[in-house]
Amino acid sequence: MALTSEQTAVRGSKTAGAPPEPHTILRRKKRFSSRTGWTMVAFMAPAAIFVAIFTYYPMISGSQMAFRNWNLNDLSDTSWIGWGNFQKLFENPEFPTIVRNTVVWVVGSLVPQVVIGFALALFLKRKFRFRSGYQALIFFPWAVSGFLIGMLFRWMFNAEFGVVNDLLMKSGLIEAPIPWLAEPGFAMTAIIIANIWYGVTFFAIMILAALQSVSDEMYEAAAIDGAGKVRTLFSITLPAIAVTLGLTILLRVIWIFNFPDIIWAMTGGGPADQTHIITTYMIKITQEGDYGQASALGLIVVFTLMLFAVFYLMAMRPRKAKQ
Amino acid sequence: MIDKQSAFGRVSKIVFLAICLIVTIFPLYWIIVTSLKAPGSIYSLPLDYWPKELSFENYIGLFTKSDFGQYMINSLVVATVASTVATLISLLSAYVLARFHFAGRWAVMAAFLLTQMIPGFIALGPLYMMMTKFDLVDSKTGLILVYIAICIPFCTIMLRGFFENVPDALEEAAMIDGCSRLSALFRVLVPVMMPGIAASFIFNFVNCWNELFLSVTLMNSDENKTIPTALAGFISSFNIDWGSMSAAAVLTVVPTLVIFAFASKFIVQGLTAGAVKG
Repeated sequence: MALTSEQTAVRGSKTAGAPPEPHTILRRKKRFSSRTGWTMVAFMAPAAIFVAIFTYYPMISGSQMAFRNWNLNDLSDTSWIGWGNFQKLFENPEFPTIVRNTVVWVVGSLVPQVVIGFALALFLKRKFRFRSGYQALIFFPWAVSGFLIGMLFRWMFNAEFGVVNDLLMKSGLIEAPIPWLAEPGFAMTAIIIANIWYGVTFFAIMILAALQSVSDEMYEAAAIDGAGKVRTLFSITLPAIAVTLGLTILLRVIWIFNFPDIIWAMTGGGPADQTHIITTYMIKITQEGDYGQASALGLIVVFTLMLFAVFYLMAMRPRKAKQ
Repeated sequence: MIDKQSAFGRVSKIVFLAICLIVTIFPLYWIIVTSLKAPGSIYSLPLDYWPKELSFENYIGLFTKSDFGQYMINSLVVATVASTVATLISLLSAYVLARFHFAGRWAVMAAFLLTQMIPGFIALGPLYMMMTKFDLVDSKTGLILVYIAICIPFCTIMLRGFFENVPDALEEAAMIDGCSRLSALFRVLVPVMMPGIAASFIFNFVNCWNELFLSVTLMNSDENKTIPTALAGFISSFNIDWGSMSAAAVLTVVPTLVIFAFASKFIVQGLTAGAVKG
């Protein structure tokens, strides 16, 4: 068996009767022998190769389509057209609606998710009987695909035989059935309700994990100092979990922005293209065959999200430093 | 001191938790009820909140009138193989990212995270053309390869979080005793990390089981279709058959639900370990 130099060094020192301090072993390990280097490469290679071939290659190759006249229906001329696809998008009269919908979709889903998720996490923080069972039960939306959630809610929001209208009418809140998915305003509300339903658990779980990492001593000290519940929440709990909360929200914004499944299943962007967000509109254009424009739209998403992430992280930093 | 709770606090807590539970579970309940109604009685008013008489007609129809059984087998094969391979590969890459502090570490992490930020539709066209070239369109192997690639980034980040909870000393001791790095990883670390690995595997499995747009693009024959493709077929026709749809939905959700119920604790750990530390 071939021994690496570090192993022989350790053995050597052992036989010499002077057991090495643990941290010297560690420090030696940090200096890579060439064998360790090759192990690293070999371990990393399969992941890198898969991601490069099946994710990065198509993505990069797809990105350059954004600057080409690339339409599946007519591939005779796929020439470079610069910003032409972007221009076409910005001139599209539906574009402002789509952008507005995207913002409404992200903010309208996110804020209730955070608020309800936070409340849920606060209530779940303290141990009670059946807590783990309860957690497992409310975790259920996570096992369902976005598409199926869309279908589930499409059925529940059905104007004629939907259970939502039935319950609302039984409770006397409405007198006539609401045409949920046939009217743009109601349709937007319905898809956002479905998305809130899906995302609350995620926030509850992430926030709960963060809450449990706040030490009890902090709360005890606050209680001794006479801080009330509200004061404790704003002075102890929120600052302590700010970083986790901030990162979770950032990840969610990116994810909700890129999440067409629910809308695609529930309304397909309808009625009359009024509930499209950028990513569902991208599906629509892709299905029509205009890969160039779809790609351009995709690049707009990537750059918007990157810009957002940069500004967001910059805005978060001073708060992080204060702690 | 903070453990004292007023009666009002207690009651509002119970009410809030109960409402959340009911709202969360209700859609599942409703889809099960719908699937168990006789096809005709789904569209009858007033709505029944429990079927007047239980009927399995929707389920029977699914297996006799369509190839749903075949789709389920296909989904099972694709998801199992892809998530197993993806978990193994990610185990290696996560190990490297957790244990070696090399210069490009953050670049690799960023490259993995970026894959989560880019809308998949940019890649769909070129991917389809590439798969056509390799003759991997409408083939389970092709779908498995793509799913592996999709699972790897997040799975790596998740597993990295678990590796960092295990002290270095463990595998170092094994290596001093003469184990190679690979056998130290599999003989010493893997057993310790089993809950985390199981969680990552399940997470991958559910993602592959549920994935829609790639399978719709790449698979088209009945012989190779997976469940999501079949489900998507329900909305392409103008009239949706909600009875079959509900039955199919129940059959799709129940397996993942059972797995999740058993593993939710580990999955939660995995998600938070990956995201909080990442």
